[in-house]
Parts: sequence; C-alpha cells; structure tokens
Amino acid sequence: MATVPRTTNAKVPTLSSTKNVDLRMGHPRGSSMHNLPGRFGVYGGRYVPETLMAALDELEREYEKATRDKKFQVKLDELLRTYAGRPTPLTFAGRLTRKLGGAKIYLKREDLLHTGAHKINNCLGQALLVERMGKHRVIAETGAGQHGVATATVCALFGFECVVYMGTEDMRRQELNVFRMRLLGAEVRGVDSGSKTLKDAINEAMRDWVTNVRTTHYLLGSVLGAHPYPTMVRDFHRVIGREARAQILKAEGKLPAAVIACVGGGSNAIGAFYEFIKDKKVRLIGVEAGGRGYTLGEHAARFRGGSPGVLQGTYSYVLQDGAGQIATTHSVSAGLDYPSIGPEHASLRDSGRAEYVPASDAEALEATTLLARTEGIIPALESAHAVAEVMKRAPKMKKSDVVIVNISGRGDKDIGILRENLKID
Amino acid sequence: MPLTFYKKPALVVYVTCGDPDLVTTREIILAAIEAGADVIELGVPFSDPVADGPVIQRASERALKGGACLSQVLTLAAEVRQHSQSAGLIVFSYLNPILRLGVEKFCKVARHAGVDGVLLTDLPVEEASEYLEAMRANDLAPIFLAAPTSPDARLKKIAEASQGFVYVVSRTGVTGARQNLADDAKQLVRRLRRVTKLPIAVGFGISTPEQFAETGKFADAVVVGSAIVETIERNRGREAEAVAEFVGKFCSRQLQKA
Repeated sequence: MATVPRTTNAKVPTLSSTKNVDLRMGHPRGSSMHNLPGRFGVYGGRYVPETLMAALDELEREYEKATRDKKFQVKLDELLRTYAGRPTPLTFAGRLTRKLGGAKIYLKREDLLHTGAHKINNCLGQALLVERMGKHRVIAETGAGQHGVATATVCALFGFECVVYMGTEDMRRQELNVFRMRLLGAEVRGVDSGSKTLKDAINEAMRDWVTNVRTTHYLLGSVLGAHPYPTMVRDFHRVIGREARAQILKAEGKLPAAVIACVGGGSNAIGAFYEFIKDKKVRLIGVEAGGRGYTLGEHAARFRGGSPGVLQGTYSYVLQDGAGQIATTHSVSAGLDYPSIGPEHASLRDSGRAEYVPASDAEALEATTLLARTEGIIPALESAHAVAEVMKRAPKMKKSDVVIVNISGRGDKDIGILRENLKID
Repeated sequence: MPLTFYKKPALVVYVTCGDPDLVTTREIILAAIEAGADVIELGVPFSDPVADGPVIQRASERALKGGACLSQVLTLAAEVRQHSQSAGLIVFSYLNPILRLGVEKFCKVARHAGVDGVLLTDLPVEEASEYLEAMRANDLAPIFLAAPTSPDARLKKIAEASQGFVYVVSRTGVTGARQNLADDAKQLVRRLRRVTKLPIAVGFGISTPEQFAETGKFADAVVVGSAIVETIERNRGREAEAVAEFVGKFCSRQLQKA
C-alpha cells in the first residue's frame, strides 16, 4: 500500500505538483448536477453534513426568489443608501501617485461605509433574506471582527438574536471589535480550538448551525462555504465594482489598467472584480497574505502553497499537508488569515482572468504607514495588502495608466496591532 | 457479507483511529468485537471536524498529534480484518483526506484491506457520483446519512445511493451524548422505511444501554460513538479493557432480553 507521510514538515505541495491531483472528484461527471449554478469551473459545490442540506436548499430558493423580486432590490438599495452610506467615493490618491511615480491611483473607499468595511453590503442583503424566511436567530463567524460587527449591527437594526463566533487569538488581536459587537447586543463566543482564528470560528458556527438549523440563519461573511453562499455573497458585493466602474469612467473617461484588492475569503475582491470581468483589458489582481515566510503555517497564500481540496463546504484551493489535514496559517491581518479561498477566485485564477500575488506582513505594515502619511487614510491591515501591491506595481506602469485599489475597510480596529508593530510612539 | 446485521439491534461501535495511538486502537477494536460489537466504524481523524462534538474533536486532535492519517487507518483495517472475518468494517471520514489520497486509489486500497463500507460526513448524495462509481467498481458499500431535516424526496435519493444500510442521524446537531433522545429519530426511521428495504442504523447521542435498547425497538442497528471515545479518554492505560467492559453492558442487556 502506498503511504502518505504526514509530518509537520511535510513537503509543501506547490502549484505545479497539483497538476496530478484528481480534479475530477467533486464535480459529478455526466450527471444532471454537472451545471450546478454553484460551480465555478470545477470549484465550489456543496459539501456539508446532510442535516444542513435542506436549509441550503431553502436559502437558495429564497435568494432566487428575492433576486426576481423588485421590492427586495428596492429595499436593499434604500438600506445601502440611507443606512450604510452608499455610494462610496472613488478618491484620487494624488500624493501617493506622485510618491510612487507611475500609474494614477484611485482608492475605492469601502472604509467609509457604516461599520467601517465592505462587510455591511452582504449583511444587509442577508438580513433581508432572514426576515423573508421568518427566522429570528442569526449566527456568524468573524476573523478581524469586521463581519462580526456588521452582523451585530444588522441584527440590532432588524431585531434578531445574534451570536458571533470568534477565535480567541483573534479576540485578543481585535479587542475593540469584540467590545463593539457586545455593545451592539451580540453575544461573542470565543473559540479555543485549532489555531483559534477564523477557520476555527467557522467550524464552531457550522456546529451551531447543524444543531439549531430550524430556527437559525448562518450569516456567512465571505464568498466561501457551500452553495449558494459564494454566489449570493458575491452578488451582494457586486455594487463595489459597479460603482467603481461608473466612477472611473466619469473621472478618467476610460477603464482602469488594473483593479487591486486583498483576498482572504475574497468577498471584497470578487465584489470589486466582478463588473470588470468582461472588460478583458482590465487586469484583476488579488493580494493574499504572505505572512512571514513561505513555509506551510507561516502564511495564507493559498495559490502559492495550496492545492485543491474541500474545506467547510466548498471545493477550492486549500493549504493542507500531504494527508489532507488543513494547515495552520499566519497573517498579521486576522481577516486574511484563512487556509482556503472563495471557489470563484480559484476558477478565475485557473482561467488566467485574475492573478494572485502575496504581500508579506512587513509590506502590509509599510503600506499602512505610507497611505496614512500620503493620503490621511489609515487602511485596515487587510486592505493594506492591496496597497502594498500597488506600491510594487504602480512605479512600473505608465503615467497614463489608471489603477483602482479597493480599500475594503478602515484601520481603526488595528490600532493595537499597529502600535505593537510600528513602534512610532 | 459482514455488513449484514445478524442480531437485532446490531451494535455499531465508532472509534477515532490513532487515539491515543494506532496500536492501542487496534487492541480497542479487537476487544470491542470480542465483547459483541457487530460493526466497527474506523474514524479517520481530521483537523476540522465540523460535524463532531467536543469529545470526538478532542480525540481527533490527540490522534493527529500522534501523526495518524488515512493510509494508516487503512493499514489498521487490514490488521483488524486478519483477526476478525465476521465484523463489519466501515471507514468514517471527512472528504478531504480521501480526496488528497485520490478517490479511486482510496477505494482500491480500502477494498484490499477488507473494508466493507465507507461513510463520508460531508459528502451529500448530489456531489457523490464520481465517488459512487469508484465505490461500486471496488465492491464497497457507500453509506449515506439521513437527517431529521431531510425531506422525503432527499430520503429517497439517499436510500437509492446507499448500500449495506442507511445511517440515520437521530437529531439535528453534532456527535455527542445526550440525556434524552428526540422523537426525531423514530419519525425519521418511519419515513425512511417507506422508501427503502435497507437496514437502518441510528446514531448520534446514544450513550447508555437503556437508550440502546429503546432505539433498538425501531432501528436495525444502533451506533455508539462519543460514549466509546469518552471511555477511551477516561481510561488511560487500560483503554481496551474499559471499552470491552462498556460494550459488554450493551450486549449483556441484549442477552438478558433474549
């Protein structure tokens, strides 16, 4: 019998070695399910315990109905406008542009939304669905705490009971957001298993859901998990790219050469990318967490060290060892600290339509300082990864080129970590 | 075929392989069979067991710390098979370790090891056609879970895809002992009987001989999992002996009734 060794120092599977991985598994060949709307190429699908299948079917039906219901869209648009603060501006970053000396840089300001990040787009959309389904209890996971805060916020707004699962390591890193959630009336439950971060919070939220599925909606915060989540969450964030595309055409009279966004699960990135996918000349660049090195466990760059696998409901790139055990990850940014990536990103990468690059902890910290001091904007550490990429890329581009960087959230929540790391007191 | 349930209710015993180590797991399994277990579920430890409660989570962590992995579980299955021809052997796993090894390769090796069936917690029937082909080609029984939340139309699909038996999840929730068993299980077994002639095993939350007897009135087999794993956890150094005593309580009760 062939054995697969499992040691903590197992050889990291590289992308080239994944060519031998049996990609066929996970997309039923020749069956009627081959064209499941929940598949992006071979990725995606619905890999959950049987107990959850009926709830996912219900959610999918309700979501489909809602997308055909004009009243739903009107209600959501109004909430986005009057409550969340849409549209968000597209800010020309003049001093940053001059400093880098290349392409013209524009910032899509999701950091200016209520609750401080793009996450509220999805939370408002799902809250309206919860109301339609007649459920009253909402659970969520959170990494950086931004999704948890946005969930606690909509639960307060709609009058839902709210429980947020958060890794205890993340609770320590994002103390301020823990307090915000509690202030908003949510119960924050610390998760002490595994790496005590986002992945473990999702595990615990799934266990809650499997237990209370009849009364509870799982308000998943990224383009992850089982179908319909990756599609539904993407659709709720498409507004980012829709606005940005119209805004850049108005400001510059042309499309950008590139759109850059950070990618944890990938919700802000897919939201920023989606309206540009058809514009073949626009380069779509996702930035993963390069952490502190390229050994497995030291980063969250799924496309550098990962291979296809199933984690938490979906088939996508996963950081794992030779025996299929999920690897631990590291990033200075809790929101990017996750071993898998949204399945649509896996498909965009395989097709070559989008490219994905890493930025290290140190680069993200440097980018935070630079954006703060050139533009007076303190980005979330997640978004700082996208800024780090534009710092590398803009100087090599033509001055006539235009680049959009999605500033997915603001950095107030990171003040503690920034103080620890930047030593500028 | 070892998956036939000769007595009613048959006792299915779950163990997390590699907790505390693989040698001990083999002793535990052989002791459980000796004490009257009819089918053994060989739990493959996984880093992210979303369907499991705290007891099996802890066991998985311990097993992974010791370096246990799927291919070792298959080696263990072969060793158990050498010692016992009669017991049913089922691999109980999450999907990702199987994918990593390769579905076809896994099925071939499992068959060769003398495994009878496979249950994958996070593989619903809709996503299983590739897996089903490989399972059938290797004469392995695919066992699927039916949940209280599964509508009748899904139960039909689940029953059609299953071989050997259908595994009924007694209630919504993760694995782990419960004081009271919901009526969910009984109703679900009734609904399932309408669409299948396959035997039905009921699991999740059954930890006492009383619950075993109660469930055995309407199920063909009863699965005891977390209670076994907890017995192993609490009896460091005498795991096999403790499991044999524990299993004996279930089986002697059955004898008394007879």
